[in-house]
Amino acid sequence: MSNIQNLKSFDPFADSGDVETQPTNYIHIRIQQRNGRKTLTTVTGVPEEYDLKKILKVLKKDFACNGNIAKDPEVGSVIQLQGDQRLKVMQFLVKQLGMQKKNIKIHGF
Amino acid sequence: MSAEELGFDPTLKKKKKKVVSEAPSASASPAPEKESLDDLFAGAKKKKKKTKAKKEATDDNDNTDELTESFEGLKLKKKKKKKGSKASESADFEKALAAAGVQEEDSGKLYDERQKETFIPYITLLDRFYDVLREKNPEMAGGQHQKLKIPPPEVARDGNKKTVFVNVQVIAHVLQRNPEHLIQYLFAELGTSGSIDGEKRLVIKGRFQAKNIESVLRRYIQEYVICKTCKSMNTELKRESTNRLHFIVCKACGSTKSVSSIKTGYQAHIGANRRKRV
Repeated sequence: MSNIQNLKSFDPFADSGDVETQPTNYIHIRIQQRNGRKTLTTVTGVPEEYDLKKILKVLKKDFACNGNIAKDPEVGSVIQLQGDQRLKVMQFLVKQLGMQKKNIKIHGF
Repeated sequence: MSAEELGFDPTLKKKKKKVVSEAPSASASPAPEKESLDDLFAGAKKKKKKTKAKKEATDDNDNTDELTESFEGLKLKKKKKKKGSKASESADFEKALAAAGVQEEDSGKLYDERQKETFIPYITLLDRFYDVLREKNPEMAGGQHQKLKIPPPEVARDGNKKTVFVNVQVIAHVLQRNPEHLIQYLFAELGTSGSIDGEKRLVIKGRFQAKNIESVLRRYIQEYVICKTCKSMNTELKRESTNRLHFIVCKACGSTKSVSSIKTGYQAHIGANRRKRV
């Protein structure tokens, strides 16, 4: 039986393992309105391998704003920054961390 | 030669007019005998000039009277020749001109009028062509005129903390989308919530300006309206009941493309809720 090639236990539909079909993880940058004209910028979906604490430290210094890291059960760690820092955050992610622009989504008005 | 010029270029004419007005005094003083000659046949001319001057005073640029204009042109011609020629030569020349004057006047006038009838600037012709083209079949003029017009969002403030988006229904209708879908997207993007009031207007919590709403609308159109294949906005959003996915079906090219469902992203807890939750 095993001499016949067709009956060998090779599954042509099995996962070969080398195809990267994992969905692209977007980094979402959102904005939320607070009281008055104050806003809050949230950054979700930053890959695990980055040290959020360090990123936050640099961001806070660069943008001259406060911020913190919130833990969310659904999306994991979230960087929160005071004020509208969306464009600045995106530039930082692209330039300093070498992320691709197409993987970053900016939401809000 | 000057008649041709005059017919062709109105600006040139004007320049010459000025020259004429100065010319009599300039040419008269160095050559007194010329003046007498001038008077012989230019008596009528001078009168004309006076009337012309009056005319200019009354209606400056509005040269409606073609006759006087053509006369003026002729006058200019003569003056110019006079001015260009030397005083000795001019005397003979004037005589010859005076003899030929009547004939030339007629022919010159005719020529001028014909020029005026036939000569239309290319630019105006081109403009006219495009006007007609746009009127009759707008697709050909400009190419991308089929773009549908989306009315700009009308946004009003409701009190201090709410924004009213007045023409959601109209915009959703133009985009051929379910208003619910559009509203859902707006809320997700703006990170707020809201409701629809009695007149089907959308009341959004938070302060938003028209340009903010507009940019969000643009993104909505980019993501959920425009056909990715042919860039047409004539599309429909269909929901496949078997796999619960949304598809854009293009009415122009017939292509279908799946679009992601609207997801409300992470919402930070602000203010009073912040500490309550934990």
